[in-house]
Amino acid sequence: MLSLRATVPAMVLFAMAGNVLAQQGAGVLAPPGEVTVSDVPNDGGDQLLVCFEPSPDDERVNSYTVYRRMQGEGDDAWRPVRVLFPGQGTSFVDGRDPDYSVRPGQIYEYRVTALSESGEATGPVYVAEEAADGEWFNTNKVRILIGCAVFLGLIFFFFSKAQSGDKLYLRPIPGIEAIDEAIGRATEMGKPILYIPGLSTISDVATIASLTILGRVAKKVAEYQTPIMVPNRNPIVYTVAEESVKQAYLEAGRPDSYDPDSVFFLTQSQFAFVAGVNGIMAREKPATNFYLGMFWAESLILAETGSLSGAIQIAGTDAVTQLPFFITTCDYTLIGEELYAASAYLGREPKQLGAIKGQDYFKALVMLIIFGTLVLGILDVLANTDLVAWLDHLVTSPAAG
Amino acid sequence: MRRTIPLLIVMVGGIMMMIQFFIPHQISQAVFGLYTDYVPVIAGFALILGVGSLTRVHYHKVRRRAENWQYSLLVIFFLYLMPVFGIILPASLGGQAEEPSVFHFLYRWVQIPIQSSMFSLLAFYIASAAFRAFRARSAMATVLMLAAVIVMMGQVPIGDYLGKWFPALGLWILRHPNLGGKRAIQLGVGFGILATNLKIIFGVERNWLGGAGR
Repeated sequence: MLSLRATVPAMVLFAMAGNVLAQQGAGVLAPPGEVTVSDVPNDGGDQLLVCFEPSPDDERVNSYTVYRRMQGEGDDAWRPVRVLFPGQGTSFVDGRDPDYSVRPGQIYEYRVTALSESGEATGPVYVAEEAADGEWFNTNKVRILIGCAVFLGLIFFFFSKAQSGDKLYLRPIPGIEAIDEAIGRATEMGKPILYIPGLSTISDVATIASLTILGRVAKKVAEYQTPIMVPNRNPIVYTVAEESVKQAYLEAGRPDSYDPDSVFFLTQSQFAFVAGVNGIMAREKPATNFYLGMFWAESLILAETGSLSGAIQIAGTDAVTQLPFFITTCDYTLIGEELYAASAYLGREPKQLGAIKGQDYFKALVMLIIFGTLVLGILDVLANTDLVAWLDHLVTSPAAG
Repeated sequence: MRRTIPLLIVMVGGIMMMIQFFIPHQISQAVFGLYTDYVPVIAGFALILGVGSLTRVHYHKVRRRAENWQYSLLVIFFLYLMPVFGIILPASLGGQAEEPSVFHFLYRWVQIPIQSSMFSLLAFYIASAAFRAFRARSAMATVLMLAAVIVMMGQVPIGDYLGKWFPALGLWILRHPNLGGKRAIQLGVGFGILATNLKIIFGVERNWLGGAGR
């Protein structure tokens, strides 16, 4: 953010320099009028809306400089907090610049100076009627809250439905069904499986989804006695992946088969990681490659190298820009939300299935709203109405919240 | 205990963060700031584990004289050489203070060019992947190929020269069918993220705990 600390004094000097040259001839400039200060709603108590009456000679004014000081401070405490040029209006939000922050609960005093070619005129000092105060609820987020409540309601409804024993149908996803087949292929060929849990951090939900799938894959791998390699880019992801694979071997009843070197940290550098993984593909020739998680520009380099090495490849990511690369080079691709659904598909735990069902119903609801808006749009064209504008106002207007 | 305490921390922290999103008050902002301040601290400690893992894996390879063990030796050598030049001996090649340090030299003239070379491979891989994707083996693949040709021709001067409709049609494909598809995926991703977060917060999804999760 451009700091006002340097720009405001420079602007003041610039405006004054112009005035000194042409002070003759014109009449005395009338000062700006009343300053009103109000608290900005839905903030953390660190912003004030400052408005002032322009000078009666507004057309002659080159700029307005707004000064601020804390109540009770001396004359030397005035600091310019904003310079407004013609066309920029006579109001602004004070406190947005971190160099001129507003303290919650503090009463400030303001004065405005108008600058013109004939000189400058400073208005009286105004004590702010209000201090900045933080709110305990952001009214602009009412619609988000309603959406979240509906989503939560649907999820919990299907949680309970699944727990009560109701059979929930989920459409088959080829990429998930191919996981067993891919592990079997590696077992038959006697070659290892390469599993990359993305390049992102543990705070990325795609990484968490990938680690969940890794646990399931590792269990199968342990049962089939197939070697697995899990290179990691993030150290925290590495520790979780290591624990997950170790536990999978334990659950499969093969703790002795677990190789501590199978899950390892490679590097945090993006393309050094790619070089390392490509080297593994070229040397070890894994039969199956899994790319599940978050990927960036390296997706195609990894998947194309894997494709050239002759491995069967299953990818899954929520990075929309990388999906075309995976679709082109991999045998199966989990697109977006399918990555999150994979864990539930593999585990078939009732609550997990319930969450997917709730998510699907919410999506259907959103699709219905989109379709309804489309119908209203067509009606607008055919019947010359303003239904879409009315709906838009209803949804976006803060007053409607 | 090994499972309950982390689950409790996540549940309390997750619900707090959910509520915090709707509260703009400075106290709420301070709590959020405190949470985010912890992240780099934890990551710093985890990096030690990562370096330990890398050393262990390659040390085992060298000790066992596994295939290509020489590469492992090089990895260990450079892994510890860089911090030596960065922290312990931050000296320049010629010993002059105003010259760039050895660490800087290695980073600027070895690491960055290697990374750039890796990145530049992308251009060749895009060509080979495009060749495979654009083979018109089915009706859908033909539609994909035609759309790609129109979009690409719309982006280059020769497309404009051949017909003004090329850029216009290319832009229409990008702005309408392409954007619509992209938004549909993004909506699904958004709901998926939300549902996964809820599963984690309410303890339905526990695999992130590693071994303790099951």
